[in-house]
Amino acid sequence: MSTTSESAAAPSPFTPRILEAVRHYGTLGIFLVLVLVASLWSDAFLTERNLMNVVRQVASGAGIMAIGMLFVVLTRGIDLSVGSIAAVGSVLCAHLVAVQGYGVPMAILLVIVSGAACGVVTGFFVAYMRLPSFVISLAMMAIARGISLIISAGRPITMGSPGAPLVDFGSGFLFGIPQPAILMLAIYAVGGVVLAYTSFGRIVTAIGSNEEAVRLSGVPVERYVLSVYVISGALAAVAGIVAAGRTGIGTPQVGVGAELDVIAAVVIGGASLMGGRGGMFNTLLGALILGIITNIMNLAGVPGYHQNVYLGLIIILAMLIQFVTARSRR
Amino acid sequence: MTELVSLSGIRKNYAGVQALKGVDFDLKAGEVHALIGENGAGKSTLMRVLGGETAPTSGTVRLYGRTVQFSGPRDATRRGISLIHQELALAPDLTVAENIFLGRLPRIINHRRLRKAASEILGRLGFAIDPAIQAGRLTVAHQQVVEIAKALSNNARIIVFDEPTAVLANSDAERLLAIIRELRAGGTGVVYISHRLNEVFELSDRITIMKDGAHVETRQTSAADVDEVIASMVGRRMSTLFPPRDGRAPGRVVVEVRNISRGQKVRDVSFSVRAGEVVGLGGLVGSGRTEVARLVFGADRMDAGTVELNGKPLHLSSPRKAVRARIGLVPEDRKEHGVILDSPIRINTTLAKMRSVARFGFLDVDKERRVAASLGAEMHLKAESVDAAVSSLSGGNQQKVALAKWFHADCDLLILDEPTRGVDVGAKGEIYTLINDLARAGKAVLVISSEHQELFGLCDRILVMAEGAVAGELTESEFTEQHLLTLAMTGSTRERDNASQ
Repeated sequence: MSTTSESAAAPSPFTPRILEAVRHYGTLGIFLVLVLVASLWSDAFLTERNLMNVVRQVASGAGIMAIGMLFVVLTRGIDLSVGSIAAVGSVLCAHLVAVQGYGVPMAILLVIVSGAACGVVTGFFVAYMRLPSFVISLAMMAIARGISLIISAGRPITMGSPGAPLVDFGSGFLFGIPQPAILMLAIYAVGGVVLAYTSFGRIVTAIGSNEEAVRLSGVPVERYVLSVYVISGALAAVAGIVAAGRTGIGTPQVGVGAELDVIAAVVIGGASLMGGRGGMFNTLLGALILGIITNIMNLAGVPGYHQNVYLGLIIILAMLIQFVTARSRR
Repeated sequence: MTELVSLSGIRKNYAGVQALKGVDFDLKAGEVHALIGENGAGKSTLMRVLGGETAPTSGTVRLYGRTVQFSGPRDATRRGISLIHQELALAPDLTVAENIFLGRLPRIINHRRLRKAASEILGRLGFAIDPAIQAGRLTVAHQQVVEIAKALSNNARIIVFDEPTAVLANSDAERLLAIIRELRAGGTGVVYISHRLNEVFELSDRITIMKDGAHVETRQTSAADVDEVIASMVGRRMSTLFPPRDGRAPGRVVVEVRNISRGQKVRDVSFSVRAGEVVGLGGLVGSGRTEVARLVFGADRMDAGTVELNGKPLHLSSPRKAVRARIGLVPEDRKEHGVILDSPIRINTTLAKMRSVARFGFLDVDKERRVAASLGAEMHLKAESVDAAVSSLSGGNQQKVALAKWFHADCDLLILDEPTRGVDVGAKGEIYTLINDLARAGKAVLVISSEHQELFGLCDRILVMAEGAVAGELTESEFTEQHLLTLAMTGSTRERDNASQ
């Protein structure tokens, strides 16, 4: 037994409230400040064209994958395979449509099922064999990337005219908003409802808070843990389809390093990598913040290599905020 | 005999709780001084003070005639004091030799010299343990020997053994006792904490009895007998806290446990609990009570045996199966296993039966609030609202939330593992009343407790466990600490002695 509990000074009554507010609205605050600064700084930022470009990039980048990642992170897991599964989605979609001659709806269905299947494999080892998600999803990351290279023989697959509906979707607008962005927002809405209003969302969150207590309440924890990886895999495949639609090309280069962006989005959105804490809306904000930062750096002409450095620093900053607020809780 | 150490007036407060209330203790060179008392009497805390692991709130420590203040365990070790804990503290991936000299390893390690030095010490103890082997691969008994070797290599003049034989097989225990006798003959002072009274009497020169953080008495072993010592450990009356047992009418058998076993921890345990009956599971910490509870709840797999509920055999492969069969468990470790501390009261309350507040998977939070609030009122739960996090509650109220979960799930059999640990006296009484109400409502209740008065006050009968087996059963007329402790501390040893004859 340690005596640390005694030595910890009693926090003043108002600090926890401030920290609580930072945790709840911190992401929103960062988002608003960022938008304000960006629009003051550059005339090019606050134009419809630029903003629509940002959301389209977020939707086909980290945005959709971050929804699945949030579920995984809530259970105290991590899924490093999302970028690779997106590549499988992109390549498989183009392959089915352009080479195998499947109709677009059928191709989409098969691709999502494949992504979910990857999630089943990861989830099985994590949930039932109790292996660390970090390592298993790392393995899945390599496997899925390999599969995408095999399917495509390492070359981009142009969808051409059979893929026209996808390309129309990827580049089209609805009510002046890019269609991929609408899809993303719709999935966020569903994800948000599932997380906040269903037993599923509650149990997933509870598992991350105290897995053993949930197990000892008679909840089949394994099934829920498995299913978050399935959701993550399926949504990664959807992200791959969107990416293929945006460019009209399925390529195994999709989503290289995307897991970093996705995890960053979730963390900037205030979710705890220790599980049990995180929200859908804030994750969306996290993904948008990431997109805006990248956009600003592009507008400012920051070279691509440098952007990586700044991205890393921003993640460290987000973790610091987390660390400070999480410490105050115990 | 020269006095090695003398502790006087040692007090230790933990967050308002007095763990030690001014205890005196001394140790002479070349003696074995046994320290005994019930669980939570403060023995281990006192020894942590001696070992520099805990600074006393007040009181003085005199070492070799001089008043000292330890800066930490290292300081105490340097001054010749070694603590050998119940849970061994070896680094499992390091070699035996590295473990022995851990903390004093040179920057550059000469493994050959290290092994040679280690072999010498181990040889002195009469063990041929390979010093190059990883410590984690040794048997528990040999790990204990390595701990002792570590103490010797530190030139310890004072060695504290905290229940060293609890995990040892008989022959290994004998060997350990022989080593301790040799240490004594060499002038080392040994403090020996054990629940095995037979050993204490066989080995020690003096016995100190502690109770509730206070020193009860110290006597020469030759002038003491087992019954007297047990009587000194026995304690205060708590009878006023307990609700009257009338109105309970034990009916049909709800759960029938037959010959369940798991490794060495649970050995061939059988019992039954009837509807409207409260059965106690007594015995010392580590006697296998919690393990039995976990087996009946499906949290661990049993090697052998069967559990029947209401006449039907259960296939208990997971807690889920148990909960579906309407078995509940309030675990020993409330914070880690019993509740989700960060979550609101209402979420914890409905966790074991969420479908009651959900439709098609969608939660009806208003209904959940009503359910949690009405259960809370029934249980006299003191909380701001049912949306408050469990972590904001006092220990007693946290425990009520852990109980509320199973009230909500409506079990036929509820197992309570140390239901009042870390709970203040007022809340204790309320929890006792709730347990009594369960039995009155015709539920079967199994209570595990280390507080004997609690078992006596609550239960219709008590099964006493020792070393993984049921050592005996006490009915109401036999509810005395004497009976219980006799079974818990000597029952199994007698059994062993009988078996060896």
